[in-house]
Amino acid sequence: MSQRYRLPDGGRIDRTAPLNFRFNGTALRGYVGDTLASALLSNGIHLVGRSFKYHRPRGIFSAGAEEPNALVQLGTGARSDPNMHATQVELIEGLKARSQNCWPSVDFDISAINDRLSRFMPSGFYYKTFMWPAAFWMRYEYIIRHAAGLGTAPTGRDPDYNDKTFAHCDVLVVGAGPAGLAAALSAARTGARVILVEQDAEVGGALLGLAGEKIGGKPALDWVAAARAELVESADVRILTRTTAYGYFDHNFVGLLERLTDHIVDPPAHLPRHRLWKVRAKQVVLATGAIERPLVFRDNDRPGIMLAGACQTYLNRYAVKAGQKAVLFANNDGAYATANDLAAAGVKIAAIVDTRPNPEGPHSERAESAGLPVLAGHAIVGTTGDKRVRQVRIARLNDDGSAITGEAQEVDCDLLAVSGGWNPAVHLLSQARGKIRFDEERGTFVPMQTEQATHVAGACNGSFGLASCLTEGFATGETAAKAAGLSSKSRRKKTPAASNETFLPARWTWLVPSETPLGRGGKHFVDLQSDVTAADLKLAIREGYRSIEHVKRYTTTGMGTDQGKTGNVNAIGIIADTLDRPIAEVGVTTFRPPYTPVTFGAFAGRDVDDLLDPIRKTPMHGWHERAGALFEDVGQWRRPWYYPRAGEDLHKAVAREVAAVRTSLGVVDASTLGKIDIRGKDAATFLNRIYTNAWSKLEIGKCRYGLMLGENGMVMDDGVTARLGEYQFLMTTTTGNAAAVLQHMEEFLQTEWTDLDVQLTSVTEQFATISLAGPNARRLLSEMTHDIELSPNALPHMAFTEGTVASVPARVFRISFTGEMSYEINVPASYGMAVWQAVLTAGERYDITPYGTEAMHVLRAEKGYIIVGQETDGSVTPVDLGMDWVVSKKKDFVGRRSLARPDMLKPDRKQLVGLLTDDPQVVLPEGAQLVERALPNPPMPMIGYVTSSYGSPNLGRSIALALVKGGLARKGETIFAPLADGRVVPCTMTDPVFLDPEGERLRG
Amino acid sequence: MLLIPCPYCGERAESEFSYGGEAHIARPADPEKTSDADWADYLYTRTNTKGVYFERWMHAHGCRRWFNIARHTVSYDILAVYETGAPPPKFDTKSEV
Amino acid sequence: MVERYLRQSPLAHLGLDGRAQAVRGESGVAMSEQPFRGIVNLRVQPDDSEAMAALESALGFALPVEPNTTAASATALAFWLGPDEWWIVTPGPEPESGPNMAVTLRTALTDRRGAVTDVSDSRTCIRISGPRARDLLCKGMPLDLHPRVFPSGCCAQSHLAKTGVVLHLIAEDGPTFELYVLRSFAEYLWLWLEDAAREYGLTITSS
Repeated sequence: MSQRYRLPDGGRIDRTAPLNFRFNGTALRGYVGDTLASALLSNGIHLVGRSFKYHRPRGIFSAGAEEPNALVQLGTGARSDPNMHATQVELIEGLKARSQNCWPSVDFDISAINDRLSRFMPSGFYYKTFMWPAAFWMRYEYIIRHAAGLGTAPTGRDPDYNDKTFAHCDVLVVGAGPAGLAAALSAARTGARVILVEQDAEVGGALLGLAGEKIGGKPALDWVAAARAELVESADVRILTRTTAYGYFDHNFVGLLERLTDHIVDPPAHLPRHRLWKVRAKQVVLATGAIERPLVFRDNDRPGIMLAGACQTYLNRYAVKAGQKAVLFANNDGAYATANDLAAAGVKIAAIVDTRPNPEGPHSERAESAGLPVLAGHAIVGTTGDKRVRQVRIARLNDDGSAITGEAQEVDCDLLAVSGGWNPAVHLLSQARGKIRFDEERGTFVPMQTEQATHVAGACNGSFGLASCLTEGFATGETAAKAAGLSSKSRRKKTPAASNETFLPARWTWLVPSETPLGRGGKHFVDLQSDVTAADLKLAIREGYRSIEHVKRYTTTGMGTDQGKTGNVNAIGIIADTLDRPIAEVGVTTFRPPYTPVTFGAFAGRDVDDLLDPIRKTPMHGWHERAGALFEDVGQWRRPWYYPRAGEDLHKAVAREVAAVRTSLGVVDASTLGKIDIRGKDAATFLNRIYTNAWSKLEIGKCRYGLMLGENGMVMDDGVTARLGEYQFLMTTTTGNAAAVLQHMEEFLQTEWTDLDVQLTSVTEQFATISLAGPNARRLLSEMTHDIELSPNALPHMAFTEGTVASVPARVFRISFTGEMSYEINVPASYGMAVWQAVLTAGERYDITPYGTEAMHVLRAEKGYIIVGQETDGSVTPVDLGMDWVVSKKKDFVGRRSLARPDMLKPDRKQLVGLLTDDPQVVLPEGAQLVERALPNPPMPMIGYVTSSYGSPNLGRSIALALVKGGLARKGETIFAPLADGRVVPCTMTDPVFLDPEGERLRG
Repeated sequence: MLLIPCPYCGERAESEFSYGGEAHIARPADPEKTSDADWADYLYTRTNTKGVYFERWMHAHGCRRWFNIARHTVSYDILAVYETGAPPPKFDTKSEV
Repeated sequence: MVERYLRQSPLAHLGLDGRAQAVRGESGVAMSEQPFRGIVNLRVQPDDSEAMAALESALGFALPVEPNTTAASATALAFWLGPDEWWIVTPGPEPESGPNMAVTLRTALTDRRGAVTDVSDSRTCIRISGPRARDLLCKGMPLDLHPRVFPSGCCAQSHLAKTGVVLHLIAEDGPTFELYVLRSFAEYLWLWLEDAAREYGLTITSS
């Protein structure tokens, strides 16, 4: 069987370039220029898959993006894609494709029994059957999904990479058929920046599938080639083929998916597979064409039943006869062109079945004069053939088309071409909130109104004739360019002449009657992909559904990956007829992006692995790596967590690091703390309003701890701020909040206190911060500076000075987060590494120990210092923390009024306490819930939870901080922590300061 | 993604901005004299307009300035942009959807 | 005296100078780090004509007041960043003695509302040039960089991928862009750009 359905000549395939491929394991041949579908058809293969619900055999139905049936799995292993449209997959050497949704094979599918059981599977079947017991839904769902399934996910890491880009243009033209090409040409001739998008591999649109069309007296495709050549030559025009405009979003933002390498056998590694374009277009021209509509008749889903236009495209573009003996079933004149073309190519036309009693129109007339057998006022009332249509039953329709009259006749065939009219592809227009209306004459929904800077041209606009497409395209392109601000006139050329035939006249038929009542014997499919029948729609209406959106959800019509491109309008027509309401009243369901599926990889782009999110590194990061540090993510920062030595685990390393700080000297990289330079005559006033405590009287050269609240009274941030001058302060923020604090303060300065003379500048990254802590901190620092006086009198706790450290200009703050004597040394960031190394070298004699965030947290917890974000969660006030001492009673500040709200004064608010387990060896898990009394089983009323918990080497026992209801007044009382492993840990609430409450150590 | 006309830097993509919620919510001049109910109103009560909405934005990845825009919450059309402190522009279309 | 050789740029550990090579014909993009620029953040009210005049005489040129533009002398470059905010960028290292740019500007602004802040160490600069430089930047930046919209001499604050940047088109010839990025984000941005440039062919050039 070697391409025996291929014509000896014609078409746009390259017969000198044969290709080998496999379908379900069978070796087959095709040509360059084929799609997988056209190559299969050339080999006589129609059966490509099984349907979603009933597992009925299905064939290739269309020749494009609207394909509901021919979904295949491409490739194997990591390079495998499910749900690919065989009608759009370009054939390449070695391509491997297989059918989906069938087991063990497409020819023999066990689940096909579903078809026999179908009268037990009405619409809403899953809702109705698997509702009870509710807890079983998870199990049902697993089985249902396993049986249904739409292909399989790739099994390994994506071997390709994907790209994303922004783009801007004056005019974005979607669709490169005659209207789109004309629009792009006239826009480009004004000098506009144009992007022309075409989902196909080449431009030309419907013209690629037609024979004998002329533009300007010459073959239409000559005009296409000339148009393309002119656009390629134009500066500022970009043609994107193999690119789908999948979504039209707000403010003329359009998403495109470009497939760069899917058609290349061995894609070069440097090329991305897909590129997601994020286009901001000043104006958009939609020239997306139209999609043919099938007819809904009994057993209309067999392989070999195909849209008429698709048959024509396979014939003319791919030189493939989709069958040897064809029947055409149509309700319009345009479809006769398919019969005429097929007949000319030597396909026997067994019958043309037309629902119209009096076939009129140019194509009908040609068919009649060619002597093709036309059965006017007839309909197909049934089909037979298991894996390929074999025979159709034809009967005469009554006058209004609602029933058949007389006996049915049987006609043999291997191809049934159907046409129920054409629907403009208004998907993008609708996504852009454009309005559509039902047009009685054309029997479909056409654009009515655009809401964004959108223009519509050609068949998408309901203008189906070629001449109209060209005229509208040229006019629209120029209008769009003008609207985009291009003033120069389009170098106007005369619109070339072309015929203006459309598919009209037609007789609208939503549901073709058959010999038995609907639902009895055979199925009238409306949505082939979701296996929804006309009977399902009618059942939904009988059960009370009225809104089209509800019927859609109940029956799942239009909810497959094809989004009902071929089925939706028929569904609306049938619903309207059943409800006896005009179609315009029933309306349409919402069109949603994406137009066709987009791979997850394209959305991810290069935001994967190490580039998923920025990893911020301090100037000393390389040293930490070389020292073997393990790291912890703090916001986007990567900070040393601890520095294990050989054989040490977290606990041993942290115990060593903590002990070093308390007994001799530790050093920590604190560069990640936020730093904000605050300048201006009103800087102190500003701080008074931003912080809970008072700042006016802070002396120059001194530091103060500050607590910042949101206006709702909840703790937002804390940190130490130094007064560098009369009108200059340096604020530090927590690592994670630096940007939020700056934004918070700018907001008040710009929107509330515009009279204040204050300027804020972030200097977080200007400085590297090296924090020395421990009894030997002063000794070491004094050895590294010759110009800073470090005596306790000259530089007491909470004081600031400037000088040089390791001969680098430095700001030195004597502040402490550990409870030990501590100096924070700020040097310009470029010198951070050098000074850090100098400190480590000079500190060797004190056995200086670098410590990480874990040791830092233990050290601060021993002192009861809070960490914003750990002891607080946006619902904790300073009063809850027992930090009234830092809240001024004398001034207003952001959040103050909220502290007096009734809820804030309740005695049972959760408050910060220290927590000591009765067994000193037990370290509570952070987040452990706390209860008054442990019950044998949950639920137990929760009165609080553990916020921080560590083993404290200095205290030789575990310590914890917790938020407990009314905890401040309950110190000394015992509560319980019931743990997940069944243990119930008794603990005693204490003061949160566990070590050196007088602060003698840090004053040194 | 919206295209937001920053009054200082020009039209920029929404990803450069932070949203600041409803505009023209003035902080009470004397919080201590403000009743609990009025303070709660200031903190939490916002309108949920179908139509023209006045809202604040900050050009975070740009000039860091706060400003106001009038945006139609159905069409997302931005009808006006104005500086912080300026009164809201008047629209006849406020109730129109 | 400060030992300048002790300084380390945020991309130093990537060994860019070692990987640098002469630009080959087919490479679409060339990138280099331009470390250790002097950068002073300047805040001043543009309607304070006395302050603006004092700054002009200190700089030798007027601050640009047109949004997204720059102004320059032989020794300094001023970026418009916002209605009351500028950067003054100096190409080389600050002088080791004598008044540096921050001091000069602070003196000019004495007693006027405003702020002068040295932020030189907070950022590094990445230079990107070549026929595909625009395409490369567009992969991560939502700005329209078409020459009609963003001509030579323009600057803009925006984001590239997930980090904030200040972009400057120094010459249409090439074209040649410079990107200023916070130093903690520099490695992320560089690696992102290297990955994004892969399809064009990337040449790393020496600073």
